[in-house]
Amino acid sequence: MQEKEVLAVKNKIEYAVEMLNITKTFGSLYANDNVTLRVKKGEIHAVLGENGAGKSTLMSVLFGLYKADSGIIKINGEEVEINNPNDANDYNIGMVHQHFKLVDVFTVLENIILGKETRKGLFLDLKECRVKVLELSKRYGLEVDLDAYVKDLTVSQQQKVEILKMLYRDAEILIFDEPTAVLTPQEIESLMKTMKNFSEEGKTIILITHKLNEIKAVADRCTILRRGKYITTIDVPTTSVNKMAELMVGRVVDFSVEKAESKPKEVVLSVRNLSKKLKGQDKLVLNNVNFDIRAGEIVCLAGIDGNGQSELVNVITGLDIDFTGEIVFNGEDIAKSTVRKRIDDGMSHIPEDRQKFGLILEYSVADNMITNQYYKPRFSKRGILKKQEILDYTNKLIDEYDIRSGEGAKTKARSLSGGNQQKAIFARETAKPHNLLIASQPTRGLDVGAIEFVHKTIVKERDKGNAIFVVSFELDEVTDLADRILVIYEGAIVGALDPKKTNHAELGMYMLGTKRNLPKVEAGDHNEYYS
Amino acid sequence: MSNFYNFMGLFLMSFIPLMVVAIGAMMSEKGGVTNIALEGIMILGAFCGVLVVKYLGKAVGMNADSSMWLIQGVYLFGMLIAAVAGILVALLHAFASINLAANQIISATAINTLAPALVVFLTMTLSLGQVRGSDEIEVPYALFRFKEMGFLSKIPFIGDLFFKDANLSVFIGIAILITSYIVLYKTRLGLRIRACGEHPEAADSVGINVYKTRYFGTLASGALAGIGGYMLITNIYTVYNGTVAGYGFLAMAVMIFGNWKPFKIALAAAFFSFLTVLASGIAYIPFLENLGFSNEVLKMLPFIATLVVLIFFSKTNQGPRANGVPYQKGGN
Repeated sequence: MQEKEVLAVKNKIEYAVEMLNITKTFGSLYANDNVTLRVKKGEIHAVLGENGAGKSTLMSVLFGLYKADSGIIKINGEEVEINNPNDANDYNIGMVHQHFKLVDVFTVLENIILGKETRKGLFLDLKECRVKVLELSKRYGLEVDLDAYVKDLTVSQQQKVEILKMLYRDAEILIFDEPTAVLTPQEIESLMKTMKNFSEEGKTIILITHKLNEIKAVADRCTILRRGKYITTIDVPTTSVNKMAELMVGRVVDFSVEKAESKPKEVVLSVRNLSKKLKGQDKLVLNNVNFDIRAGEIVCLAGIDGNGQSELVNVITGLDIDFTGEIVFNGEDIAKSTVRKRIDDGMSHIPEDRQKFGLILEYSVADNMITNQYYKPRFSKRGILKKQEILDYTNKLIDEYDIRSGEGAKTKARSLSGGNQQKAIFARETAKPHNLLIASQPTRGLDVGAIEFVHKTIVKERDKGNAIFVVSFELDEVTDLADRILVIYEGAIVGALDPKKTNHAELGMYMLGTKRNLPKVEAGDHNEYYS
Repeated sequence: MSNFYNFMGLFLMSFIPLMVVAIGAMMSEKGGVTNIALEGIMILGAFCGVLVVKYLGKAVGMNADSSMWLIQGVYLFGMLIAAVAGILVALLHAFASINLAANQIISATAINTLAPALVVFLTMTLSLGQVRGSDEIEVPYALFRFKEMGFLSKIPFIGDLFFKDANLSVFIGIAILITSYIVLYKTRLGLRIRACGEHPEAADSVGINVYKTRYFGTLASGALAGIGGYMLITNIYTVYNGTVAGYGFLAMAVMIFGNWKPFKIALAAAFFSFLTVLASGIAYIPFLENLGFSNEVLKMLPFIATLVVLIFFSKTNQGPRANGVPYQKGGN
């Protein structure tokens, strides 16, 4: 009898966190539908799911930001009620949010202690907290200058501040919400190490992500959600990445891009002697760029971030007209044309920042769908929008592109998940008449399912006979997708490569500027190569 | 030299109220609530304070021969009531902009429109003025001035500058300046107020009550605007008829010019006060007077300066990031 009781107690505290049968709805949308998550003490537990699968909602419930409609939360075996972040804090739950919650104009130390300040009399006493924070930062190798202002820190340093913030509050259960989305590979590696450190110290870690490699690298177990529903919990070391992907998406995922041989036809876009200087600087951010893109081919621009890719796309799409050189689109020089003329002439653009340039977040999906066509007779008559036509058009696209949202065409763009936002932009840009598609980092931050969609759409677009220009930092994407690769380095095109005859190592050398196969051209020289 | 001291006397009497109100504006905005109702709050605060001076003064028989303690006691009690009135009016603005997440400009404009009319209406219908039907309440401003303050007035320069023909507002104003700095930058409350004005979601996520904190900032601003209105009227006016001559709006410009920082705001207030006083005090500055600018031009100066300052400093000076944005828990 007694033994049984002891066993029962032991069983109880095996789990640090238990979320049982959690349901949370937003209007008619079931963000979490009877989801159960049980996290053992001291383990790294991944929560895997596509964008919009309900991972973040589940964590917001655990952290007290949302209140579940039904379900039970147990911490260390005891049923608890978590109504706000303070409650979560009392149960030693800490969270690194996907979008950091840091005050830019405060110092690192001020940010860490905010809400849990130590005082001497009436005044703040920063000395005492400083000692504690320094000790924590040493112990876990999280070095940040405590007196630096947060606005001057890199993203990965800011993340360290967020982690220190949790530790300062004595968190034992650490939630990381998509922590690697904004980090470089080296930074990701060091974060993984930190997480393993925590787990060795007995802290419990919940890692929310859709990146399978990372789960494979650090997690012990993994709970998979799909469309708000609990699918299963698996043991990570004994499950393959492909199997996890399949469970997450609900079908077998094809990682490779299948496409037929390209059949390039006439030149659609040619760029000649394009150069650009930043105001007040001598350095060229675009250095005599020349290339052609033909109908029916995908040209990928590879390069390390910050070598002029954004500037080049802005110049071609007309967002920036301060440059020298020629841009010929469908046989016409459009260097000084307005953005609208370019759109009407058949240029489509998937911007790199989908929230800033791709969508108007406060608009509904329907309104977003016509931002590039609202002035056309089909959608408006004498300045009055045709509501029904717009709705019909949007609903058709929602079906065709499988855009998932809470309230269909009327959903605000802001409340779509990242993958669905990107689908919406693809729908808008590829449904309108066009023969050139410019896609800037089309898969950044997307999960495998959405990436597959983007790649398939791009190949489909090519096979329809459109010219495609893709800017990407992902080497896999470049080699899989491209019919032709151009490499940009310090604003100049330094390499033109055939994806079938190159590999990552060689591409890397071009990207670092140690190798080039195109002649250096001085500004003003005409050059008939590059097509 | 006496010209200089005379001019500075005028200057201080306008500088102190302007600075106090601008610091009030800052307290509110640091917490994330824009308070352009300052003008209206000043007007109502001054009204209540002036009434206290008139009726309490009558009740205790205050006159030029009363003891200094009695006179200053009445003065300070008037100031206290002005502050309380300011808090009550600010409460309206706070409720609308914090709880109801209403547009902060509209709720403030309502207060600004209401205040002067209400004051004149009450003055006339309740016969608060000297004669029946008058819209002016008399202000015994001269009573509150110290001619001399013992040994303090004998300190060379400083004695002449601050301790002759001045009133308590000068010292209270300076105390408010220093206190506001300490509260904002040296206390827990200040850290939290600033966090709520910069990034309320961040404050909320560490368990700070954004609503309460913003209330504090807005009510503090109401108290300071009430005090500032009262100071302005009792410093330089002989009668009060429900106007504070645009000081509430000027204070907003001063706050922006001062980049939302207490000591810079003091400097900015000094600059604007100098321009404001120029019209009436130019007789004390012979070489400027000899330039022969018309009085109308001089009176325009502070407002032209406001435009110029806002054009040049609105871009570079950075206010609290979440200023004027209602915070709603759990919103996106």
